[in-house]
Amino acid sequence: MEKKILVILEQRDGKIKKSSFEALTVAQNLAASLGFSVDALLIGNEVANLSEIFSYCSCRLVHFTHADLQLYSSSAYKKIAVEYASKQGCEIVLLSNTALGKDLAPRVAVGLNAGLVSDCVTLDMKEDQLIAIRPVFAGKALQEVKLNSGVKVFSLRPNVFKAVVLEAKADEKISTVDVENPDLSNKVKQIIRSEGKLDVAEADVIVSGGRGVKGPEHFSLIEGLAEQLGAAVGASRAVVDAGWRPHEDQVGQTGKTVSPSLYIACGISGAIQHLAGMSSSKYIVAINKDKDAPIFSIADYGIAGDLFEIIPVLTEEIKKLKS
Amino acid sequence: MKIAVCVSHVPDTATRIKIAADQKSIDPTGISFVLNPYDEFAVEEALKTKEKFGGEVIVLSVGGDQVKETIRKSLAMGVDEGIHLKSDAALDSFAVAQALADEIKILGSELVFMGKQSVDYDNGIVGQLTAELLGYNSISVCVTFNLEGNTVTAEREIEGGKEIVETSLPCVITAQKGLNEPRYASLKGIMAAKKKVIQEKPVISNPGLVENLQLKSPAAKNPGRILGTDSSAVAELVKLLHEEAKVI
Repeated sequence: MEKKILVILEQRDGKIKKSSFEALTVAQNLAASLGFSVDALLIGNEVANLSEIFSYCSCRLVHFTHADLQLYSSSAYKKIAVEYASKQGCEIVLLSNTALGKDLAPRVAVGLNAGLVSDCVTLDMKEDQLIAIRPVFAGKALQEVKLNSGVKVFSLRPNVFKAVVLEAKADEKISTVDVENPDLSNKVKQIIRSEGKLDVAEADVIVSGGRGVKGPEHFSLIEGLAEQLGAAVGASRAVVDAGWRPHEDQVGQTGKTVSPSLYIACGISGAIQHLAGMSSSKYIVAINKDKDAPIFSIADYGIAGDLFEIIPVLTEEIKKLKS
Repeated sequence: MKIAVCVSHVPDTATRIKIAADQKSIDPTGISFVLNPYDEFAVEEALKTKEKFGGEVIVLSVGGDQVKETIRKSLAMGVDEGIHLKSDAALDSFAVAQALADEIKILGSELVFMGKQSVDYDNGIVGQLTAELLGYNSISVCVTFNLEGNTVTAEREIEGGKEIVETSLPCVITAQKGLNEPRYASLKGIMAAKKKVIQEKPVISNPGLVENLQLKSPAAKNPGRILGTDSSAVAELVKLLHEEAKVI
């Protein structure tokens, strides 16, 4: 039987997520170097952008549908993925390390008697071995690991691997499976959305505020800049602990670890636990009164001045640029 | 009801990490270790649940002798009993989960709390692995938890919102910041914890599934440029972001 890589895709609101395309690119490259074929597995009732999959990977898509599986069910998703991977003898399983992937990957690993490396930032063949690198201690160190199990599961950090469009779109091979009596013993009943809010974990640009913002009422300044940039608003631990911002906005070791293209730190001095969570951002801008603040040691560009004077001008300049 | 809470002993988040000479672990010299921050929420939720429904709370921790300190801290917060699953070897998440699952089975505990991840190796998988090994339900990254009869309802954090998840006991819950406000250990609690016996049990460890090949420091970032000290530097900043970095 042909050896296989299985990519478990993720849909939200009936649309396949960008991080799934990143995983498909990784699968496409690994399959080419290993001589494997790729199967993509998608669970969810109605999915709009199915054919987009074949722009990133030459694979066979198996779409499992059931009216109750549009929202995540860890029990049902696990069972479907484990049964499929066992039956097909998939040796490598890839997922994105999203909220869903983080929850599902360990369950699938146990079901397949497989090892799992979570939150990989690289995954390469080196001398016939699949070697993964993952950040540990919130990015203060990197760990290189391999799996000594027959079946290997890897979850990939979103926004790190690039989704690459194939030169020629692959043939669309889609089979649909109607799921019978899914195991709904663990089931999402409802999703509560944070109204109109972009999540720091998924944003390509983040504007974060710290103690230097001087109070929750001044965060409108940060929000104004974020709005012009189409950015998410982040926060340091100090301001979350002070109750100025909700904890889901927190960036750092006890918050979210982020890797956006652009991270603008406003009034954040750069405590080591904050730096750990955002230092892998591609470009970092720091605006802080104290020119000796540690944040400047990792910033690409900095302005060592008063954010209350600088941010309104910056917001205005960006508005001009965008118009 | 027997409630189990699993905790780990990790470097304080304010510490710098130095790689040890073996290139596979960190140098513990000068590092202060603490109860894993997410596990504090787990301990608090276990105590709150006991206060509501009665029963006892048992804390479990896997590791060398140093983890006793963290067990003691949980006891000081009000946990009834401590079990130290002793292993001097470094274990992967699967071996840790197996040790926890084996002991939880012996305890017959149907409700288990632990942090959503340890802030050392950041795998974030031990909760679900333990649940799967036990054949328990589980909900990860919870910011609310509610138990009514046999039914467990929790909100778990996802990108841009929350999911309301429903399942039933037996169940493993992993805690996210926001679940509660962990209590401080009272002086009375600290004194009482000193008298509590921590049971020690050896962990029989099998060769792990995950092999740690190397630990290294991330490439140092070149310090960038300070463009100025007031808004007169903004024009240059915007130009650099647009033309050099190409991120806006």
